[in-house]
Amino acid sequence: MVKVKVLGSGCANCQRLEASVRRVVTSQGIEAQIEKVTDYAAMMKYAILTTPGLVINEKLVAAGRVPSDKEIEGWLLGTTQLA
Amino acid sequence: MAVQVTTTSRRSLRADLPVYGKLAGIALLWWAAYSVLLPVSQWLTYSVLGLARGSQLGESVAFFLYDVPKILLLLAGMIFLISIVRTFFSPERTRALLGGKRQGIGNVLAAMLGIVTPFCSCSAVPLFIGFVESGIPLGVTFSFLIAAPLINEVAVIMLYGLFGWRVAALYIGTGLVIAIVAGMVIGRFHLERYVEDFVWQLQMGANGPQERLTWPERISRGSDSVKEIVGKVWPYVIIGIAVGAAIHGFVPESALANIMGKQAWWSVPAAVLLGIPLYSNAAGVIPIVGALIEKGASVGTALAFMMAVVGLSLPEMIILRRVLKPQLIGVFIGVVALAIIFTGYLFNLVL
Repeated sequence: MVKVKVLGSGCANCQRLEASVRRVVTSQGIEAQIEKVTDYAAMMKYAILTTPGLVINEKLVAAGRVPSDKEIEGWLLGTTQLA
Repeated sequence: MAVQVTTTSRRSLRADLPVYGKLAGIALLWWAAYSVLLPVSQWLTYSVLGLARGSQLGESVAFFLYDVPKILLLLAGMIFLISIVRTFFSPERTRALLGGKRQGIGNVLAAMLGIVTPFCSCSAVPLFIGFVESGIPLGVTFSFLIAAPLINEVAVIMLYGLFGWRVAALYIGTGLVIAIVAGMVIGRFHLERYVEDFVWQLQMGANGPQERLTWPERISRGSDSVKEIVGKVWPYVIIGIAVGAAIHGFVPESALANIMGKQAWWSVPAAVLLGIPLYSNAAGVIPIVGALIEKGASVGTALAFMMAVVGLSLPEMIILRRVLKPQLIGVFIGVVALAIIFTGYLFNLVL
């Protein structure tokens, strides 16, 4: 099961990222646990400088933008292959 | 461990040709559209709609029909180019560049980097923490935080589109000076104890994703940025220009000289005080400000108002409250406000 965290404090981009992640997870039928992190102290653990941030299995894969659904799909499916 | 390099290998130029071809096609279309804006808007207003030249409604409509597509085209084109430049300047790189620089030089560098580093106000906190945690002095960090929202690309592009490159360049220069000086002043007071304690106690993780992008990837980031920013801003552009057009056409010349002109010495601080709590996109405010100047408001007062609206926003202060104690927020707002007021007076005197 993939552990996904969306780092952000609620601005439009952060919400869009969460929506994208949920959309990809549902459409690809991926088993994922999605968590929204709004506490800054918790966020800084991932050395993020610009929100929103996308963390997959404890690794920060994107920051400061909303990646395309295709990119998100690639990351999520890539990790399940490694598992 | 947290380093990630994109795995696309070096693709041949042939594989990327479609991307460049499409880009060239779009550029041509853009140029064609831009060239016909003036004649088409005039034709639509005076021939198709049959409005009289020189009439109030005619003037307003022509202004509107010309400037809305012009600004939107400029925004799309320039944001695309700026975003590509920005792919070379990640915040991580900015932080590395600033590390170890003293006050003075650090402030200048921080302010200049603030212009090119991508920034949205919800990132203010992580950025602040990240910079401060890596040893960048408080004052230098503030120079960055002041420059980034104040000299934002939408504001600069709109100033260029509506008033020409000289005004845009002047705005950038003024914004830089304000950011540098305010940051240095804040640094002088040594206000580290007014940063929330948890910031100093945080354990920062190792470095974030290091990306090396190929050109097609940079181009796609550029077009993502355009979709995102123009998508967010276009209603404000239309409303702002509509109001500006109405003022342009219907308000008599010099109507505002009394309350916003040079004679009213209190107009500059009043403009700043009014502008601070107002939160608006630069896109909405600039056309209105331009029209006001046309009708007798003095440049310094109008500029001070615009900078106060764009540079100091209530939402950003609320967000920064998470890491800054009220005293520091007060100092921040106070110093920047004073710098803007000073700039307003200066422009009123000189222009």
